[in-house]
Amino acid sequence: MSSLFMFEKPLGMRDTLPAIYERKYNLKQKIDTEIKKWGYQFIETPTLEYYETVGTASAILDQQLFKLLDQQGHTLVLRPDMTAPIARVAASKLLTEEMPLRLAYNASVFRSQQREGGRPAEFEQIGVEYIGDKTISADGEGISLLIASLAEAGVENYQVSVGHIGFVQSFFQQILGTKERAESLTKYLYEKNYVGYRQHVEQLALSSIDKQRLHDFLKLRGTQEVISLAKQLIEGNQGSKAIEELQQLWDILVDYGVEGKVRFDLSLVSHMSYYTGIVYEVYAEGVGFPIGSGGRYDLLLEKFGKKTGATGFAIRVDRLLEALGRIEKSNNIECILFSNERRKEAFQLAKEKRSAGIQVITQDINGVKDVDACTKQYNEITLLVGKAGMEVVK
Amino acid sequence: MSDILTIAMPKGRIFEEAADLLREAGFRLPAEFDDSRKLIINVEEENFRFILAKPMDVPTYVEHGVADLGIAGKDVMLEEERDVYELLDLHISACYLAVAGLPNTELNEIAPRIATKYPNVAAAYFREQGSQVEIIKLNGSIELAPIIGLTDRIVDIVSTGKTLVENGLIEYERIVDITSRLIVNPASYRMKEQRISELVNRLTDVVKEKESAK
Repeated sequence: MSSLFMFEKPLGMRDTLPAIYERKYNLKQKIDTEIKKWGYQFIETPTLEYYETVGTASAILDQQLFKLLDQQGHTLVLRPDMTAPIARVAASKLLTEEMPLRLAYNASVFRSQQREGGRPAEFEQIGVEYIGDKTISADGEGISLLIASLAEAGVENYQVSVGHIGFVQSFFQQILGTKERAESLTKYLYEKNYVGYRQHVEQLALSSIDKQRLHDFLKLRGTQEVISLAKQLIEGNQGSKAIEELQQLWDILVDYGVEGKVRFDLSLVSHMSYYTGIVYEVYAEGVGFPIGSGGRYDLLLEKFGKKTGATGFAIRVDRLLEALGRIEKSNNIECILFSNERRKEAFQLAKEKRSAGIQVITQDINGVKDVDACTKQYNEITLLVGKAGMEVVK
Repeated sequence: MSDILTIAMPKGRIFEEAADLLREAGFRLPAEFDDSRKLIINVEEENFRFILAKPMDVPTYVEHGVADLGIAGKDVMLEEERDVYELLDLHISACYLAVAGLPNTELNEIAPRIATKYPNVAAAYFREQGSQVEIIKLNGSIELAPIIGLTDRIVDIVSTGKTLVENGLIEYERIVDITSRLIVNPASYRMKEQRISELVNRLTDVVKEKESAK
């Protein structure tokens, strides 16, 4: 292997330089504040977890995990998501009473990348987990909080795409009979391969009516009307629970007043086995990838020994920044240039400005080689040099 | 402005065939796209922007969202495994992927070698067959490999079989049928739903009509 250059970073790792840091920080603050206002409590969990527990419970593919060994020979993973660690904490420590838990996080997660650039291997997520409540009100709260957070962040054009895994499963099983057959058809949806889906349907030994039902299933996209269309597609009671839930969800979203941002897409399958009910992804103008996603995952807590429902979402901070577009570089930092004679005066002035909330640096003029270049960087310059009075340059 | 639909297309024959389909679907495209060296063609009447890309790169542009839609061969989709919607089989540029080699030869037992432009597809195919092979990636003129003894077999696109015959090769196995597909970026699929659905519906009708006329 050739030796590394000093500037190289591992594949997918990024630096955050001051201008971006500032924007990211402000953005996270806004979202955090909103989430807190809804009564969610933030927690932190370790960066490293055991592969055997959190690693395998996570929804992230095995080949995307960063793995290492500890001194005892246990395999560790850099946390690939925050949901599994939070499920671990909740199940082992917090879920002592029969009370719904509202937890939130703001953390980096790690997913190793094989492909080219444009896919960070470490990125920040802000999200919530609402544990111990199986009602659709919990799902509705998740979606509405997501929308409130995006509004707070200043994103204008976005859409939350909502599906229901339970509906897909019961509808497919009703027509296809077995779980295995339903799963192989679901896989086409997961891969977003509608051509393959249709070809597969054509090859199945089914009546032309059932084939048509499966074809029509792909058209279940839109707003409220989708629910009644879905109702027409299923027969009997199987799958009607899911339809009821979708109707409830719609009513809840209307009561929150956020239904305008939501579209149903019942063919949405974001994971083959992780989610169990309502799932959603959020897309924004100008970003090719989802900026956030979420859903109900009622089976995860069981892996940590607690049988209870949960739902949650995560927003990708990096993609959200992309959605907000380029904002011109601005810093509001002021500069006081001083020489030794007036050092005390400079410090005094800086103290006053700082307590007024102004960002200010004090710079010994002898430490600057090019005063003009230095002054150009700042909003306002105060020169406290020599014995003259205070001088404001710009 | 955001109304513009950006469509990534492979240069050459597929572009012509796809443009014909769009015309038949009632989209007003110019009769001829004259300057063939252009990489971006704007069609203002329809608010389309075509990007002319290498076939293998079309799904990349679409996945990253710099193109809303694209037209890509199934061969490329299988090789690249990009996270995009594959919405419609356009039934154009039909061909298939096949295993070929010199007549009356067998795979080398110790280190069977396969030359191909599709290393992922080839590897997956032979793994499914239960044979362990070594893949050598080439970028074109794959037929050379068995002739000059680089590999025992090749995995490549066959449309008429003429190229194989001319080079004294025969087809051993047919892997999968290939046609061109309409692919869509998942975000565009939502954010530009109306325009994309309309385009998909109109193309679906044209394709159906052509298929039933066959």
